[in-house]
Amino acid sequence: MKTRIALMAAAVSAVICGAQSASADDLTLCWAAWDPANALVELSKDFEAESGHTMSFEFVPWPNFADRMLNELNSGGQLCDLMIGDSQWIGGSAESGHYIKLNDFFEAEGITMDDFIPATVTGYSEWPKGTPNYWALPAFGDVVGWTYRKDWFEMPELQAEFKDTYGRDLAVPETLDELKDIAEFFQGREIDGKTVYGAAIYTERGSEGITMGVTNALYNYGLTYGTPDEPYKLEGIVNAPEVAKGLEFYKALYDCCVPPGSSDWYMSENIDAYKSGQVALQMNFAFIWPGVEADPNVGGGKSGYFPNPAGPDGHFAQLGGQGISVVSYSDSQDAALEYIKWFAQPEIQAKWWELGGYSALKAVVEDPDFATSQPYAQTFLDSMAIVKDFWAEPSYASLLLAMQDRVHDYVIAGNGTAQEALDGLVEDWTEVFEDDGKM
Amino acid sequence: MSNSAIERAAAATPPNIARRVRGLSDRAIAWIFVAPSIFLLLAVNIFPLIWTIRLSFTNYRVNRPNAEVEWVGLRNYQRILTDEDIWETMQATAHFLFWTIALQVVIGFALAWLINKKFRGDNFWTTIIVLPMMLSPAVVGNFWTFLYQPQIGLFNYVVGFFSGTDPSSFSMIGEVSLAPWAIVIVDTWMWTPFVMLICLAGLRSIPTSIYEAAECDRASPWRQFWTITVPMVLPFLMLAVLFRGIENFKMFDLVVQLTGGGPGSTTELTSINLKREAFEKWRTGYASAYAIILFVTVFGLASIYVKALNKVKER
Repeated sequence: MKTRIALMAAAVSAVICGAQSASADDLTLCWAAWDPANALVELSKDFEAESGHTMSFEFVPWPNFADRMLNELNSGGQLCDLMIGDSQWIGGSAESGHYIKLNDFFEAEGITMDDFIPATVTGYSEWPKGTPNYWALPAFGDVVGWTYRKDWFEMPELQAEFKDTYGRDLAVPETLDELKDIAEFFQGREIDGKTVYGAAIYTERGSEGITMGVTNALYNYGLTYGTPDEPYKLEGIVNAPEVAKGLEFYKALYDCCVPPGSSDWYMSENIDAYKSGQVALQMNFAFIWPGVEADPNVGGGKSGYFPNPAGPDGHFAQLGGQGISVVSYSDSQDAALEYIKWFAQPEIQAKWWELGGYSALKAVVEDPDFATSQPYAQTFLDSMAIVKDFWAEPSYASLLLAMQDRVHDYVIAGNGTAQEALDGLVEDWTEVFEDDGKM
Repeated sequence: MSNSAIERAAAATPPNIARRVRGLSDRAIAWIFVAPSIFLLLAVNIFPLIWTIRLSFTNYRVNRPNAEVEWVGLRNYQRILTDEDIWETMQATAHFLFWTIALQVVIGFALAWLINKKFRGDNFWTTIIVLPMMLSPAVVGNFWTFLYQPQIGLFNYVVGFFSGTDPSSFSMIGEVSLAPWAIVIVDTWMWTPFVMLICLAGLRSIPTSIYEAAECDRASPWRQFWTITVPMVLPFLMLAVLFRGIENFKMFDLVVQLTGGGPGSTTELTSINLKREAFEKWRTGYASAYAIILFVTVFGLASIYVKALNKVKER
């Protein structure tokens, strides 16, 4: 009897395994090579176990990510079945047919965009913006924020000196001017026998770095991309005198308060400078915060986090993050959609957050315990409430590179004035939109 | 022995094939052998060139396969030639070309002259000197960024040590006035050995009898250098300049790793700028026109130079 049961069990499992392997696909997910990608590999093991599909990953370092992956998409490559592409790619990828439209799939599977943080839906999923046309599921919420050396801020002698100098407590800055004061205060100071510097900010020229940094100042000095009535109106908006003041602020911050040699720094250089104890403040995307907390030098309570401070004309922060899309050239679209369906589940999203991924699902971030679940959780929520994103037009790359050139030329190389840099930017952007037939 | 092998092969050739081959003229047989190479050349070089010329008159973008392609005439060329930013990249390239070639020729020739003196351990020193050119440009660019680091870089430390300045007070790749020189220094460090090797070949090709005859005529070493060494090495030197000129005109990897074209656009050479237009902004038509302009420039200059080189060789 026992033998018969064992044989039957073996036969049943053989049939199940056979059925699974018959429909099992090998899915390749493409993303940037960074800490959250490692967390996703871990998370995806559950999907492999549940679905029988196997997952492969193609991760490319950030400076080459856009080059590599946009080449892949533009050439109709079949390397990636799933793409966690940058938010700015959504327009081009939708219009060029690189991603499949997900509306019908969402409707059939009961996935609603109302369940996600609105800013991430607009930023990562919609094209055209503000319309219910979805090309991605919000996968990783991210935003530029600040990390600071809480242990240095708490040193009594520094607190006293700061109060004497600036007439207020050495505390988390609420405005950009306060932030600059703090950076200036720490610049060149000796702490624990080491010379330290004020702030590590984005200055990278080759990809998107300085734009992702400078917009945190420009938005708060009034930068908008067009107006609600005229989405491509640039003259007098992008180069308004108050926006030029924002650019001057960023240059002043660069001139006064960064470590020597930081003329081409982006995410990884800022992390290195902060973790090695070179700087008191670090501008960076929120994805780094779990790594900071776990770091033996600066983690475990030595660091604090705060949203990008307000400026005279607003309080915003640069949106980062990405949505997950199905590549239209994939031969395994059904399995890829299955992955998205699995990924959208609240319990998977909760686990995603636990592993270090920033979920954009409201059920996760609005959980009463969320804000206290990590030291940076509240800052993440506060930051996500003030996000603004760069252009997501099909020509975003031309718009981005023009801004990289103009801003780097002024802030780092010191050529011309802020007003001239923005006037030049308006010329460049106008040319791009004219070429696109939008102006 | 070999004749018999040929005869055996001829005998083994089936009569119908032998008859067909016998019916072909020498010219036809030559074409049969040359045709694959010509086909390859047409497919790999000439067709892309013609296609690029065609694209340069359009607004084609490779990332917009669904968009309508418009014929824009000379607009791309006009935009490029009137764009101040492009002239700035041309200037940056000219600065890079002039100084790298000048320094490499002077130092390369001096090193070759020293090595040619035959001293104890000269082979060892030759090997040491040529090491940099054996490295990958990307690797060289990467590790020089560390050498140039104001806080930990060896270069800054050495400069600081000898000049008494604070090493962290200057940034070779972060300052507008220094960055163009930073890339010149690295390229010179890497490629001077190449010029040295070519010069060394030239120096060693000079028959010693000429020097012996000059000594009989009581010519001074200085006179020998200017009337024998320099003229006889000149064709080699000019060849080295041609190679380095063409290479540095299309310099990309080393500079991208070092400065990324910055600060601002200070070290954005034409090839970096072209790559950004073609594969980051995806302005394929515009980038094609840009590539054609660069091609004509290099081809024109190289042709004039080769004519001059031939004249020097004929002397």
